[in-house]
Amino acid sequence: MTITNNPDAGAPLLAVEDLNVRFPTEDGLVHAVRGVDYSLRSGEVLGIVGESGSGKSVTSLAVMGLLPGSARVTGSVKYRGQELLGLSDRAMSRVRGKGVSMIFQDPMTSLDPVYRVGFQIEETLRTHDKSLSSKAAEARAADLLAMVGIPNAAERVRSYPHEFSGGMRQRVVIAIAMANQPDVIIADEPTTALDVTVQAQILEVLQTALGETGAAMVLITHDLGVVAGIADRVLVMYAGRPVEVGGVEDIYYEPRMPYTLGLLGSLPRLDASTKQRLIPIKGSPPSVVNMPPGCPFAPRCPLHVAECDAVEPALVQVGSGHHAACIRIDEVAAAHGSAAKVFDAGSDDAVLGAEAPADLAAAAGTTDSGAPGDPVGERTDVGAGPATGSLLDPTTTPDGDRR
Amino acid sequence: MTGTREPILSVRGLEKHFPIKGGGLIKRTVGAVRAVDGLDLDLYPGEVLGLVGESGCGKSTTGRAILNLQPATGGSVVFQGREIVGLGRKAMRPLRRDIQIVFQDPYASLNPRLPVFDIVAEPLIIHGLTKDETELRERVRTLVETVGLNPEHTNRYPAEFSGGQRQRIGIARALALEPKVLVLDEPVSALDVSIQAGVINLLEDLKERLGLSYLFIAHDLSVVRHISDRVAVMYLGKIIEVAPRDALFDAPTHPYTQALLSAIPLPDPRLERSRQRIIITGDVPSPANPPSGCRFRTRCQKFAGELSETQREKCLTVEPPLESRGPAHLSACHYAEATKVL
Repeated sequence: MTITNNPDAGAPLLAVEDLNVRFPTEDGLVHAVRGVDYSLRSGEVLGIVGESGSGKSVTSLAVMGLLPGSARVTGSVKYRGQELLGLSDRAMSRVRGKGVSMIFQDPMTSLDPVYRVGFQIEETLRTHDKSLSSKAAEARAADLLAMVGIPNAAERVRSYPHEFSGGMRQRVVIAIAMANQPDVIIADEPTTALDVTVQAQILEVLQTALGETGAAMVLITHDLGVVAGIADRVLVMYAGRPVEVGGVEDIYYEPRMPYTLGLLGSLPRLDASTKQRLIPIKGSPPSVVNMPPGCPFAPRCPLHVAECDAVEPALVQVGSGHHAACIRIDEVAAAHGSAAKVFDAGSDDAVLGAEAPADLAAAAGTTDSGAPGDPVGERTDVGAGPATGSLLDPTTTPDGDRR
Repeated sequence: MTGTREPILSVRGLEKHFPIKGGGLIKRTVGAVRAVDGLDLDLYPGEVLGLVGESGCGKSTTGRAILNLQPATGGSVVFQGREIVGLGRKAMRPLRRDIQIVFQDPYASLNPRLPVFDIVAEPLIIHGLTKDETELRERVRTLVETVGLNPEHTNRYPAEFSGGQRQRIGIARALALEPKVLVLDEPVSALDVSIQAGVINLLEDLKERLGLSYLFIAHDLSVVRHISDRVAVMYLGKIIEVAPRDALFDAPTHPYTQALLSAIPLPDPRLERSRQRIIITGDVPSPANPPSGCRFRTRCQKFAGELSETQREKCLTVEPPLESRGPAHLSACHYAEATKVL
């Protein structure tokens, strides 16, 4: 899939500029989203990835105008040139569902348990088309259910959500989201609550739905595999800000931001036959309350230099349509997507010196009064292993003799 | 490997059925949820056995039944030559020194009112393993250091730690009694990827260093491939395929294993877009009323697409047993066929 060249390709369908969201709390102002910019063209799939707390969901709720009243939202969200921020709830309701619709993460809670699923779809249809007869609405609801792959759709419209499994409910949620043929669908972790075999079905349904309606999609997820399969462009978020954005292949094969590189390196690979040690990112994401100046990733970054703490780097262009927020782009570029060249595999377990293991093994040897045949000797052997740091060195792992 | 060595843990025909009570005044048992329904597995010393399956397949129940946390309703679990099924709490206690569990959710499995020191020290005190205060302090310190935490922080409460750090506390607690076997029930699925990698590395190091055996229960097959020596796949309360890691991932023989592997998205755009994907239909049937014959037949791509009417008859009526398909490779399908899906 590439960016479709339609007549109004110049004007993006959805343009988010300098979006900031702050929540007042007892601990101070939580700056959950700190300047998000993105634009979405018709037919395009933009993947937004990030770990929990990175602000990816709050961003989408802000776009939909679904944040609680206490949230302070600034910046601009334009849908087909129309500013959405500051619209009344009533005016926003005309855009929601028809222009921009949303698929939520948890299909167990995003449907109303006391109404039949058919009614919930019809409700969406009739909100935007008051002249629609109830008969026509019911027929259309059945069509939609059939389109998302629910068998016996004409009968199933009369079912309640509890009669459906998780995967089926998510299909209903997708049917509701596409009922009015929106231009943009925002899907917030649409498959996270589902099993992998069902996830594969739902992703297929989503792709069919996009094909049928020609809608563009913002897909928010933490699963880098899902994004690799269906996104055209990817935006990586960290501590409430985009830190890298670019075409899907650029992001996966030639990342320029150390965080992106680190994320890819910390993933175990299903298709890797050799046992490679995972490369964790040390530390944990920063709290977005009263953030210090400088790059938010600096405390975890292996390429950290003093300059990183001075000022938060802006997104700079590093290639065609590829931007990254880092001052050490050249060093990251030299790794060509190989995290091992930048990150130290042992860094996270730095506390584990050579003494700690020997200690525990010794403790095991002296205090263990276990059953006969207890492999104390084996433990001591492994624990008292040769040189410093050998336990952290994958090459010395006595792995081969066990298979 | 399986030929000469004795398993440290041997499970045969394990069953855990939860009764379904009827309505009305007298709560009669009207059926049973067959969460684990005749499961066999062996865990050998020093190995990591991955147990995978989708939600509701009974993998966590298996882990708990093995530890006697939820007593099994049938079958046998032999740990170091002793039968565990049917043992009471008292009789179970000395065995708990050697077999411990790490739970999935590090936010729910640590007592929020206890400082980390007390959490890690508790098993040592309960089992009376330390003579005095100094020794206790020393051992807790060593344990906390072993899992990569700062021993200065043991007077803090769980709430002051991040998810990854809490999971390390859970691991330190499980290691306190120097067990031989750890049951790890989805130990990293509640963690973000960048944190998850550190905990996986820690588990690998500990296994090598302390000579542990792991029963690693997970739904994430990428993690399982990374850490396991052998992998068992569960479906509706039974094991349907078990094999050495590379054999299972490179040449799966059961249609369900093939579909499962095929469904997992790879974080590699070119590869992911060029893959042929097997998409199976429907959801897992209810374990209260599993299908006749082969339990997977209702979703099986082979049953639906390849088999003739006469071949299907066998799937409908005969439950396939686990049969050998190669060295230490067993699968439960009448028409098993090794296929490369990755």
